[in-house]
Amino acid sequence: MSGAYLRLESLGLVEGGHTIVREINLELGAARTLILGPNGAGKSTLLRLIHGLLRPSVGALRWAKPLRQAMVFQRPVMLRTTVLKNVLYGLSLAGVTGDEGEQRARRALERVGLAHLDHRPARVLSGGEQQRVALARAWALEPQLLFLDEPTASLDPASSREVERIIGEFAQAGTRILMTTHNLGQARRLADEIVYLDGGRVLEQSPAAEFFRQPREARAAAFIRGDLP
Amino acid sequence: MNDLSTSLGLAASLIAGADAKLYDIVALSLRVSLSATLIACVVGMPIGAWLAVGRFTGRRVLIVLFNGMMGLPPVAVGLLIYLLLSRAGPLGPLGLLFTPAAMVIAQSVLVAPIVAALTRQVIADAWTEYREQLRSLGASRTRAAATLLWDGRFSLTTAGLAGFGRAIAEVGAVMIVGGNIDGVTRVMTTTIALETSKGDLPLALALGFVLISLVLAINAAAYLLRGWAARRWG
Repeated sequence: MSGAYLRLESLGLVEGGHTIVREINLELGAARTLILGPNGAGKSTLLRLIHGLLRPSVGALRWAKPLRQAMVFQRPVMLRTTVLKNVLYGLSLAGVTGDEGEQRARRALERVGLAHLDHRPARVLSGGEQQRVALARAWALEPQLLFLDEPTASLDPASSREVERIIGEFAQAGTRILMTTHNLGQARRLADEIVYLDGGRVLEQSPAAEFFRQPREARAAAFIRGDLP
Repeated sequence: MNDLSTSLGLAASLIAGADAKLYDIVALSLRVSLSATLIACVVGMPIGAWLAVGRFTGRRVLIVLFNGMMGLPPVAVGLLIYLLLSRAGPLGPLGLLFTPAAMVIAQSVLVAPIVAALTRQVIADAWTEYREQLRSLGASRTRAAATLLWDGRFSLTTAGLAGFGRAIAEVGAVMIVGGNIDGVTRVMTTTIALETSKGDLPLALALGFVLISLVLAINAAAYLLRGWAARRWG
């Protein structure tokens, strides 16, 4: 695949004698790549290895060029301060302060539809609103690659739709998306490409349309049909 | 029994009449213990955060050490500071022995490990929750520690409070390094001990009431603050 931004070579992680993921060989280049697989497949671990939160035991990550990254987690982590200051905090760590920081934070909050809540304490917002603050915090950093780890897993359908809309806006703005989910509908709506992970290994990497029409791997097919225990 | 009721009556009139001697003693107690708590927080909280977030060899040993030092006997700390500050000691030339400053130093040493150990607990819990997000945003460990200290500011009142409770209530350390000199280094606890042994119960009782009321009032205030903070900030 040409135009890959990242190549993973024999990536593996062993923790406390347990192999979490192994022999991951991937080229990532699609605008929106979704990592699918059952619970415990190693989806979140793979995301953390790529983002640098975990260090691989073996193998290597080869970046075409360094990318500005941000990550949104399943459960948003909000500081005990206002919504605006939560966004400003991320910016200040990236070295963006003063008027520019303020402008970028406010634009990001408008993007996620929370500009009117800028002075509310972040931790007392609803789960959906907190996740949108987390997305705004990521948006303000203008990432070239955005990681999302099950971002809607603890949200109601309305909030999930809103989060999916914002993810779509990231992609439109040119941010590459690398996201885990176990929600097949969501994967159909968002993915350009699917990476199917099972038992810590990549079983299949296909364009999304192809994957859902006719997966090459029997276990992936069973996963789509909902056959797996 | 009659003795007790007479003493209680006298104690009440001492408090109600704003007895000058009583209030000087209370004021000195507060000045010494609040200063010591403040110093202990300034020193102990960053140490606690560093123990929670840092990665260095000997960290576990230090954690065990600080946890253990929460139970330091005040008389032992008093003796140590006495030796440091006595004329022949290394800090003797400062001439601090038997002054309120010496009492502040002794109580700071007594209280700092308590503040550090409790802070470590609070920050370690928060670190588990925040760690990945803070690292993803590119926070260094030092920055993360500072962020968590600020974020845990309301929970950390408990650490400061435990330290203050320990300082205001201890006798041994201030007795040894302060000398319990009338009008100079006499605080509530040392006065209570002295007056009781002399048989002068009214002043001892009055101070006992003030001491308990103060501790209760400060705890109540901290409880209200934490409740407000939880509603306001989550």
